[in-house]
Amino acid sequence: MADVAIKATNLVKKFRDFVAVDHLSFEVKKGEIFGFLGPNGAGKTTTIRMLCTLSSPTEGSATVAGFDIAHQGNRVREHIGLVSEKMIMYDRLTARENMRLFGELYDIPRDALRERIDKLLQVVNMEKWADHQIGTFSTGMKQRINVIRALLNEPEILFLDEPTLGLDPQSTNEIRDFARSINDDAGTTIILTTHAMAEADMLCDRISIVDYGKIVALDTPSNLKKVITGADTSVIELDVPNITPTLVSDIQSLSCTQTVTVEDETHIKVHASGDESCDNVIDAVRSGAGQIRSIRNVEPTLEDVFLYLTGHEVRAQVADKVTTKEPRSRHGARVQSRIR
Amino acid sequence: MGARSGIRHALWIAWKDLLDISRNRMGLVMLILMPLFMMGMVGYIFPSNSGMSNVPVAIANLDAVQGNASLSTKFVAQLEALNNKTGMMDLSTVGSAADVKSNIQNGQQSAGIIIGSNFTSNLKTGKQADVTIVNDQSNPQTASLIQTQLTQVIQQMGTQTATYGLNQTYKTPLNYSLAQVAPYNVQATGIVPGQTNYFEFVAPGIMGMVVMMSLMTGLPHAISFEREVGTLDGMLAAPVHRMSILGGKVIAQTTRGMMQGIIVLTLSIVLFGVVVQGSIALILGILLLGVFSLVGLGILITSFTSTEETATMIMMTLTFPMMFLSGVFFPISQMPQFMQVIAQFLPLTYAISALRQVVVLGVGVQAISRDIFILFGFGIVLLSAALLAFERAMKR
Repeated sequence: MADVAIKATNLVKKFRDFVAVDHLSFEVKKGEIFGFLGPNGAGKTTTIRMLCTLSSPTEGSATVAGFDIAHQGNRVREHIGLVSEKMIMYDRLTARENMRLFGELYDIPRDALRERIDKLLQVVNMEKWADHQIGTFSTGMKQRINVIRALLNEPEILFLDEPTLGLDPQSTNEIRDFARSINDDAGTTIILTTHAMAEADMLCDRISIVDYGKIVALDTPSNLKKVITGADTSVIELDVPNITPTLVSDIQSLSCTQTVTVEDETHIKVHASGDESCDNVIDAVRSGAGQIRSIRNVEPTLEDVFLYLTGHEVRAQVADKVTTKEPRSRHGARVQSRIR
Repeated sequence: MGARSGIRHALWIAWKDLLDISRNRMGLVMLILMPLFMMGMVGYIFPSNSGMSNVPVAIANLDAVQGNASLSTKFVAQLEALNNKTGMMDLSTVGSAADVKSNIQNGQQSAGIIIGSNFTSNLKTGKQADVTIVNDQSNPQTASLIQTQLTQVIQQMGTQTATYGLNQTYKTPLNYSLAQVAPYNVQATGIVPGQTNYFEFVAPGIMGMVVMMSLMTGLPHAISFEREVGTLDGMLAAPVHRMSILGGKVIAQTTRGMMQGIIVLTLSIVLFGVVVQGSIALILGILLLGVFSLVGLGILITSFTSTEETATMIMMTLTFPMMFLSGVFFPISQMPQFMQVIAQFLPLTYAISALRQVVVLGVGVQAISRDIFILFGFGIVLLSAALLAFERAMKR
């Protein structure tokens, strides 16, 4: 147990009839970066909220840093830091005042707090802006303060809920590097939720793919990708300048084809299984009068894994979605349209 | 986590809220402007007896006898002399009864006095002389005030003339003559010396109302808004007791409410000439109790709503009836029975009644102990309910 940071057992969260989190069980080891990957509305944020004691589970239990989330809320809170999807900062307070407030709420001794604030501001290159009101900052600047604010109590476990959502590429990279360094230097366990597959691939030691409140797969990024190659599925990318809907449906109707995604005007990505899959796809394109400019067998990405694991189910679940009020994943809908 | 750190946390959260309020410049300006508007509006809209001055009045002297022999000219001179002392009316002479009518119709004058054509001859032949007061019926409140005042003035003039006549004819001393003409000397007096102006009646009400309005708009921002934008999560995810968060909010909003109350009190003393008869400390004490109840009610409502918009809407829906039913503008005893019953359930009713007694009548604690006791009860009940609701809302 000593090396377990978080242990969740059959966590369930219902909002009226809608099941947001459906019997989740998982363990996070100390010092790892653990990712929750899934579309919006998959239940990632709800899970994080339960683990941070912001919301109580309908069923099930979990321990965070060795403390029970239902009965030892305050002990849990002492050991965690939260970077929520919505920034936790007051616009009319300066960066320093914001950090001071939260430092005081964590009962950090005054001198230590002052030092820590200065140090953290330096780390993210924000010392110049320390005494400016947050409201005058750009989103990237705000997020930097938002992240270091969560580190004030030197948490054992840091929750990063969509930390790069809406940031420009430069800020995104900064935040990712920073997360990596916190993990490397202080050994902080990080729970990261994201719907950016590349981000999860880059940062996480292990990833759980979540869809409709359930974990569909949990493994290291490389093992997850093996799910595809191991299952004898190849990912073929074709460059076809004259894609037509008929062409797409022709490929779709092949017995070896699992999914077809139209990536842009000239590129189609096909998940197909079997030894002759490549030949079959080529034949289908040729007989549909399509020109093949190039064809390659691509290294599967997490995106492909996600599609492979959830692809067949998406259509079936979209049907129940109509009965629930909760706005369902935009991403889910997109996946579906790509498949057709 | 002991009580001490709990209180410390509450104070830090209050510090944050107050800092936030103090950095909102427009909000600060409104903190002063709103009571100023309210006082001005309410104070001037409702006319008061003592405050009547320079009311434009038309006089039409239709007496057949004019010049030196005319008694009506003397009457008008007497009226003007009296008016110069009080400054109540702004008299102007017109030619005919029709002019009086048309002047009132087009709004030039608010009332008119018509002296009958037989004025001098009637008086000289031992008959009563006719004076007609013409009212503007489109403004009943002012009309009845003017009528009362004018009647009084003219009667007073009649008494003076009669007294003088007795004195001249029978050589009776002046004070004896007066006693013969007007045997009863009626005087009205209040419990406290000096003239009460209407502001003294409305000031306590405005204090209650402005504090209520500022709290009812401040609370949705302090709680629902914070929940909406997600900053509340920061406090909830920190090892801080829920009581401390609520406590911080109560401290910040109470401070804000008290500040607002003190601003109204200062404005009414400095700008509107309100004389406070009772103790200022007692006023602040009552205000504090009232603020507690309102904060409790406000938190209770915001806990049940998910967005700032809904919370504000519910607050406004409650604020308006509360404003009218708690006796800010009209005494509760003048309201219909069922409204009086409703008024009994509003904390503001007791706060305003107690404030008014202290400001206008200068009573001490004993006289308003019942109000204070009830307010205290309201405060405890509402704040406890607020705590429970808040606790529940936070667990969603």
